[in-house]
Amino acid sequence: MIGELILLLIGASLVNNVILSQFLGLCPFLGVSKKVETAAGMGVAVVCVITVASAVCSGIYLLLLQPLNLTYLNTIVFILVIAALVQLVEMILKKMIPSLYRALGIYLPLITTNCAVLGVALLNVQDYGSYSAGKMMIYSIVNAFGTSSGFLVAIVLMAGVRERIQNNDVTSSFRGQPIVLVTAGLMAIAFCGFAGVI
Amino acid sequence: MKKYFGTLFNGLIKENPTFVLMLGMCPTLAVTTSAINGIGMGLSTTAVLMMSNMFIGLLRNVIPEKVRIPAYIVIIASFVTIVDLLLQAFVPSVYDALGIYIPLIVVNCIIFGRAEAFASKNGPVVSLFDGIGMGLGFTCAITIIGLVREFLGAGTLFGIDVMSGIPGYTPASIFIMAPGAFFVLSVLTALQNKLKAPSATNQEAACDSIACGGNCASCAGSVFVKNKEMVEQARAAAEAQKAAEKAAKAAAAKAAAAEKASAGTAAEEKAAAGQPAPEKEGKGE
Repeated sequence: MIGELILLLIGASLVNNVILSQFLGLCPFLGVSKKVETAAGMGVAVVCVITVASAVCSGIYLLLLQPLNLTYLNTIVFILVIAALVQLVEMILKKMIPSLYRALGIYLPLITTNCAVLGVALLNVQDYGSYSAGKMMIYSIVNAFGTSSGFLVAIVLMAGVRERIQNNDVTSSFRGQPIVLVTAGLMAIAFCGFAGVI
Repeated sequence: MKKYFGTLFNGLIKENPTFVLMLGMCPTLAVTTSAINGIGMGLSTTAVLMMSNMFIGLLRNVIPEKVRIPAYIVIIASFVTIVDLLLQAFVPSVYDALGIYIPLIVVNCIIFGRAEAFASKNGPVVSLFDGIGMGLGFTCAITIIGLVREFLGAGTLFGIDVMSGIPGYTPASIFIMAPGAFFVLSVLTALQNKLKAPSATNQEAACDSIACGGNCASCAGSVFVKNKEMVEQARAAAEAQKAAEKAAKAAAAKAAAAEKASAGTAAEEKAAAGQPAPEKEGKGE
């Protein structure tokens, strides 16, 4: 069981990296990766939100949607839950841990439209929906944590590279977005190397 | 009638969501491993966009301003669920190929962006045409990207083998893998930069202090309204600062002119004219 979970964690974070092999959450990856600090802030916020959102969505699936045979409502329910949850996390952080809120606050609203959050919640239900309740919750949370750590790793690495290439002499037509996409492509090739690990 | 075709043309060419607005990049990169997948994804998105635009256009006066975001989300998610179930029932091959990206149409920026920017301000019929135009623009764009990737990566076009006759030909399969998507898109944006074609990527960054560059055309969604206000405030402050500097310069020039007339009073005037400028600069920061 533990070994399986560790494999799941490595698989979700490195082998099937959420950005570089599944293309979820590209907008923040390209938009908020100019500086390592802001990228790390965004990454940590995403880790928190994806983990909590997946736990809540799997819980709702197990307690409400599955017993009532309403699983076709997954998409509608999950997106509303995620939107509400992000607001709630924002309010709680503001009240309880103002210092963390100041650090992450601006990234929280951006996360609602991060397709990785909804994607992970839906994939959990799709892949682990047939498991027993307890097992499904554990697998969902581990998968969500692994996936979002993969996001954190990718966005911080990207920001590190972008800081280095910022003042480089890039061909004029490749300046800006194109060189960032080339960087992302090279990173994706590097992450292909993990494919044989498990 | 001209109005309807105008919006149709606008979505297809002038404001093409993929090539010009650079919206909805996740599906653009993820499902374009072949042209057929591109068409499937594009048409599904078009169907959702048409219906959601029309319904939001119909209900725009009924939905209260404050709860419009959740209301739009529910409308969009309902149509996505309908499309998802229809594809599962009638086109299972496309459904299997697109997988998780069908329910993820909900968070596609194009749909929310059009709801917020167009359908919430226009009637149902015009909104419907806008949806068709934008949707077809998206479909064409991702089909073209899919064709390029399929041709380079597998040597086929729409699944038909076109390169096998050439001896010694091996497809560069990296183009149908994940890295290829980034490379194709990067070459595309570089071409747009080179040709100075209108695109979200080759505009001057409006505001460097914000990570997205303050380019609000690329994200018209709900949560960005706050950021947009911030950007607009920053812009207004910058303009006010510029105006203040101009006024100060003019005053300084006046003072300099006055200095020629009488040296004694000019120094006082200059001090008075110079004072408000740095104060405003502080406010602008």
